[in-house]
Parts: sequence; C-alpha cells; structure tokens
Amino acid sequence: MAVVQKLNAVQVQKDFPFFRQGLIYLDSAATSQKPRAVLNAVVGFYESNNANVNRGMYQLAEKATAKYDEARRIIAGFIGARDDELIFVRNATEAINMVAQCFARNVVGAGDSVLVTEMEHHSNILPWQRVAREKGGRLDVVPITERGVIEISALREKLAMRPKLFAFSHVSNVLGTVNPAKEFIAEAHKLKIPVLLDASQSIPSMPIDVKGLDCDFLVFSGHKMLGPHIGVLYVKREFLERMSPFLVGGGMVKEVTFESATFKDGQEKFDAGTFDVPGAVGLAAAIDYLKKIGMENVQAHEEELARYAYDVLAKDPAITVYGPRDRLNLVSFNVGDMHAHDVAAILDEAGICVRAGHHCAQPLMRRLGIPACVRASFGVYNTKEDVDALIAAIGKAKKVFGI
Amino acid sequence: MSAEEMYKEIILDYYRRPRNFGQLPNADIISHDVNTSCGDEITVQVLVKDGNVGNIRFTGKGCAICMASTSMLTEYALGKPLEEVAKFNKGVVLGLISIPISCVRLKCALLGFKVLKVGVCQYLGKQLEAEDGNK
Repeated sequence: MAVVQKLNAVQVQKDFPFFRQGLIYLDSAATSQKPRAVLNAVVGFYESNNANVNRGMYQLAEKATAKYDEARRIIAGFIGARDDELIFVRNATEAINMVAQCFARNVVGAGDSVLVTEMEHHSNILPWQRVAREKGGRLDVVPITERGVIEISALREKLAMRPKLFAFSHVSNVLGTVNPAKEFIAEAHKLKIPVLLDASQSIPSMPIDVKGLDCDFLVFSGHKMLGPHIGVLYVKREFLERMSPFLVGGGMVKEVTFESATFKDGQEKFDAGTFDVPGAVGLAAAIDYLKKIGMENVQAHEEELARYAYDVLAKDPAITVYGPRDRLNLVSFNVGDMHAHDVAAILDEAGICVRAGHHCAQPLMRRLGIPACVRASFGVYNTKEDVDALIAAIGKAKKVFGI
Repeated sequence: MSAEEMYKEIILDYYRRPRNFGQLPNADIISHDVNTSCGDEITVQVLVKDGNVGNIRFTGKGCAICMASTSMLTEYALGKPLEEVAKFNKGVVLGLISIPISCVRLKCALLGFKVLKVGVCQYLGKQLEAEDGNK
C-alpha cells in the first residue's frame, strides 16, 4: 500500500479553473469540479483526434479508436477489471437500469424479490421496483440502525429469503456510511445471490478493486470523480453472457436483415450507437489525475475533513448530524427548527455551495423522520479552511433565525 | 439581498407561528401538491360559504419562505369570493411577503399559491359542470 502523504488541497485547487471565482464548493457528492487536465483532454480530443471509432478506414479514425481503447484500459485498470468487462453508459442511473432490464428481468419471476437497503438513492430503488412489479415480485429492504449503519445480522435475515439479486450502495450519499462491501458480498455469495454494488459515492474518494470485492455488477458516474458526464457499468464476465442487449442499433450487431439480426458477444453487444469518446478520454484523464495524488491520500484527506466537520457540528446541541461518526467524505445535518433550504440560502450568501433537500433518498428521509437536510460534501480540492467557513456561516444562519 | 433582509422578523414569525395552520373538518376544497425538487408539501383546505372563502386552513412542511407565504395568503384569501381567489396571480403573493425573491426561491414562495389556486379553480369548474347538468 502506498504511503499516505498529506494531500495539499491548496495546491490541488490551483489545478481547477473553477475555483478562480472564489466559491467554496461543498457539493462534490452531487458533482465534482474538473481539473485542467480533464478539460484539456476533452478539448484536445476534439481538436486533434475526433473521428468515429471502430468505423473509419483512415488514419485519424485509427487514432481515435486507439484513444478510446486506451481510455477503456485505464478505466478498467483503475477498478481492477478486464477491458472487456466495461460498458460505457450515460451515468450510474442508466447502468442500474441496464442491469434491471437486461438481467433482473430475466431472473425475477412471480413471488421473487430483489433486495436493497434502507439507505439507497432513488436510482437504486426504482429500477428494481419496476421490474419486481412487472414480474409480480417485490422489493425487499434491509433496515438501517439508529446510527445509520447496516448490521450483518439484519442483512443475513433478508438474504435468507433468497432474493434474486442484492443491490446496495458502497457509501450512502446522505449518511456517509461506508458499508463493508466485501463482507456483504461474501454473505450474499454464500447463498449464490448475485450482487450489484453502487460505487457512485465511493469511487471518487477511495480505492476500488472489483476482483477483491468480488461484486458481480458495479456502477459509477464519471462526473462525481473529476471526469465528464459518462457512466460505467462493470459486469463480471460470466454474467455478461446472461444479459440480453439493452439498446439495439448500429455497432452492436454482427448481421442484420429486415427479418432478424445476430448480436455481437460479450460487452460489445451493449455498444449501440456512436460512443462518447471524449467522455471516456476525459474520465481516463481524471483517473490519471487521481492516481497521481493516490487514492489512499484522497481517502485520508476527505475522511479527515468529514470527521472534523462532524466533530464540530455534533458538539452543537442545536445541530442534528445524521449517520455514524465513521464516514467517508460528507456530513448531513439540520440546524434547530430551520428548514434545510433556509440554511442553504444563508450559506449561499457566504459563497458556500451545499446541497439541501431529500437527496433523492425519500425513503431514507422518512426513516430519519425529516423532510430534508443540508449536506456538505468534500473533494480533493477542499481545505480545512473551507470547513471553518462552513461552520462560521452556520453560526450566522443560527443568528438570523435567533437559534 | 442579505439574509437579514430575506428572513425579516415577520417572515420568521409566520414560519414559527403560521396563521390558519391546521385541519378544517368538512372542507369543500382540499388541494395538495409537492415541490418535487425539494420535497416541500402543502395542503390547503377551504370551507365555501355563499361563494366566498368561509374558512381556510393549511398543513404541510416547507422552508420559512414557503410556510410564511402560504400562511399570509390564507389570511388574505379569507372572506374573499372564490371567483376573485381564482384570479390571484403571483404578484399577490410576492406583494404579501414583500421581500425580494430569487429565481431559486420562487418555487418555495409560490407553492401554497399554486395549491390554493388549483383547488379553487377545480371547485369552480365542478360547479359549472353541475349547473350544466341541472339545465
């Protein structure tokens, strides 16, 4: 394991043109800002290498294809996958829908269930809910504890009902809880239950190794990890064969007549239409950038900021913080009787960008008994001073509301 | 606009002690909506008396701007003819809260107004249908 070095966020921030406007950006869990290296990679591709890949018979098209293949290698390598286990999509939501439509639909029947957890984002609930409904099955839910974690005993109880698939978030986008993914996946596999891991919130901030985790499906979005708006679906090789195509059209076929068609094998059967090559190239550049810092250093830095924010906020009796103290890169809270929007509006006035609302996790909000909360989330470019500014602005909000 | 200007004492007062907050048994109009982007929700109930707003109450959850504007609107609408309430525009609400509202917060400020207006218009529409049926 690499030696953990202190990440110099002030230095890192200089790589991000966005921060020239002087904002304090604490919404990286929603979407991250982009370093110049990523912007240059995308613009550079359009300026010098833009051609349709796998199609043109000219040198430029070959160059574009080579760039695309290289990006695929870099992205696959980052999660310890093989090149041919990656499918590029628009975002994590599309990736989950793809697994729901192309895999779950084939294995869920009447009376069957799909298992999720109480801390899921809507995107990891609705695709399964739809398939379950269509098939006369149901969605089952692993509850969270008061602390906002999942007990292994609660999971075992639900897995014993033999769901056809278990889908869960590696890291909660509201609570910041890091689920012990490897342990959860091993529990499911004991009963031969396939697992989808939603890594949208974890992959920007910690190392991910699909072979070590042994997940069958993994999804994430590039835009949360310093990259462009492209999504990735990893499918373990043996499951690729069990999936039917999602979109049909150009690029994913072998032979086509007006009566029928034969499809390509493996991941290529999902490659319908013209690829988002600049998206892939930009994501590869984002990964190169993150690798230079080192994912262990990224994790240590963001955990330190989140822990610091948690400790200060949790000490204030007027503030309720949600989730366990052990957390990755965010802190969600409410201030006195203030609505989250009002807190966010006052923070905005201090040039601080935070998310306020239900965070696309209405069932979790209901479990917590709140309509909304404020979330501050941290990235490689955030400093301890950013957290101090947040705390000061919360103090101001309290004053305005007489709390 | 500073936070102090936006969250004037009167806004906070209406947020913490919303007038006309609660249920209205035997209401003739019950209208409900949510602000999908933020989860705020408002239900307005109206008791109709001789074509006027005989009584009015609201329930729900929302930010200070949402709660205060809805509460002020219910006070303003009380006793007025439904025909007039149906013609309320957003200027009425913005005039009532009389603080500058940014684009982002406009949805908060207008949720209660939208709920009331839709409820009243639907009620009037149904009445027209009933009158047609009686002819």
